[in-house]
Amino acid sequence: MLFKEVIYLMQKDFLLEWRQKYAFNGMLLYVSSTVFVCYLSFGLRSNALQVPVWNALFWIILLFTSVNAIAKSFMQENRGRLLYFYSIVSPQGIILAKILYNACLMLVLALICFVFYAFVLGNPVHDIPMFLLSILLGAIGFATSLTMISGIASKAANSSTLMAVLSFPVIVPMLLMLIKMSKNAMDGLERAASLDELLTLLAINMIVVTVSYILFPYLWRS
Amino acid sequence: MKKNWWKILTVLLLVFTVAVGMLSDVPRLAILNETIRNLYFHVPMWFGMILILLISVVYSIKYLRKPSIKNDIIAHEAAKVGILFGVLGIVTGMEWAKFTWGEYWSNDPKQNGAAIGLLIYFAYLVLRSSFAEQQQRARISAVYNIFAFAALIPLLFILPRLTDSLHPGNGGNPGFNAYDLDSSLRLVFYPAVLGWTLLGVWIINVKSRLELLRQRIYENV
Repeated sequence: MLFKEVIYLMQKDFLLEWRQKYAFNGMLLYVSSTVFVCYLSFGLRSNALQVPVWNALFWIILLFTSVNAIAKSFMQENRGRLLYFYSIVSPQGIILAKILYNACLMLVLALICFVFYAFVLGNPVHDIPMFLLSILLGAIGFATSLTMISGIASKAANSSTLMAVLSFPVIVPMLLMLIKMSKNAMDGLERAASLDELLTLLAINMIVVTVSYILFPYLWRS
Repeated sequence: MKKNWWKILTVLLLVFTVAVGMLSDVPRLAILNETIRNLYFHVPMWFGMILILLISVVYSIKYLRKPSIKNDIIAHEAAKVGILFGVLGIVTGMEWAKFTWGEYWSNDPKQNGAAIGLLIYFAYLVLRSSFAEQQQRARISAVYNIFAFAALIPLLFILPRLTDSLHPGNGGNPGFNAYDLDSSLRLVFYPAVLGWTLLGVWIINVKSRLELLRQRIYENV
């Protein structure tokens, strides 16, 4: 039952995205212009950026992209539609569907961001599959924690400022792990070296999804 | 009188901590020297902060299960007292770090974790202030409080153990018990933890009673 609801709600989200497109195209433009601004402001040719700087810049771009992309996930719904959902589906279904949908969205955005970023600023990554794995975990992690935060922020008055304020401290542990793991992948260290980070990231994701699943019904009621 | 025994205990414990902590003999250790007395003031702040934030989260959970204005007020006041303890912990820690590690802020994972933890609770206060309606404010900030606490736990307890830290007990440094917390230090340290935490509980108690009375006055006007 819950599973069916999640599938239907995700379908609805994808359909809306496909019909409107402006949101997704907007995020694409956001990513590419940010990367391009970074390229221009560093004013350098390819492959001239140091490895830690390259890595940190990449994750900061992804962080801001995801905050902007996910912030709208509850704000774009109007009041009438929310009331309609309230009467026909369970809150657990809604939060799971939103998390899964945002994870897919973030994954696509992150991959596009990586390709474009590597294309413009050079690609110093040695172990590409591992780096892609860290992008996958990052996309899922950002989606899980930011979806709940955007639900909280959408209830408040000045929600766009609040979104940033509420989400940054929550997301920092995840970001630190990701930066460390992707740094290992860039240096081409053996994969066992990143196992600790990988497990911690998975554990943090599990905690965040469980807590969202339990808490969202209380948020939804208002 | 029967209900107030713990307040007397708090006063006695704190007097004991300050007097004995400042006057008693401490082990002579290189680098640490006399600053080891900070153990009675810095470390209990962290214990107190975690316990008091735990109280805040417990009352947030209670609020979600059974909405009452009392639970919300206690959760809010506990979060504020937790922030106070956190700030004091950071200040005493920075002072200590200046004398032992040479810098006020040395990019230690526990220092960073503490700073981020404080940011979370400042965000909690900002979130609270952005609602006008009392019930909505209480419910949504309770949700954020629980969510943020769940995110804070890995930050404070897991991350520092994965990376190198200057604090004892991390990244290959031996823990307190291994070398420097001998029995004379313990004798003051445990009462200090208990005393400071009880002081925090006392502050929460007084402030939430005051806030409840204030609410009652508003209702009667």
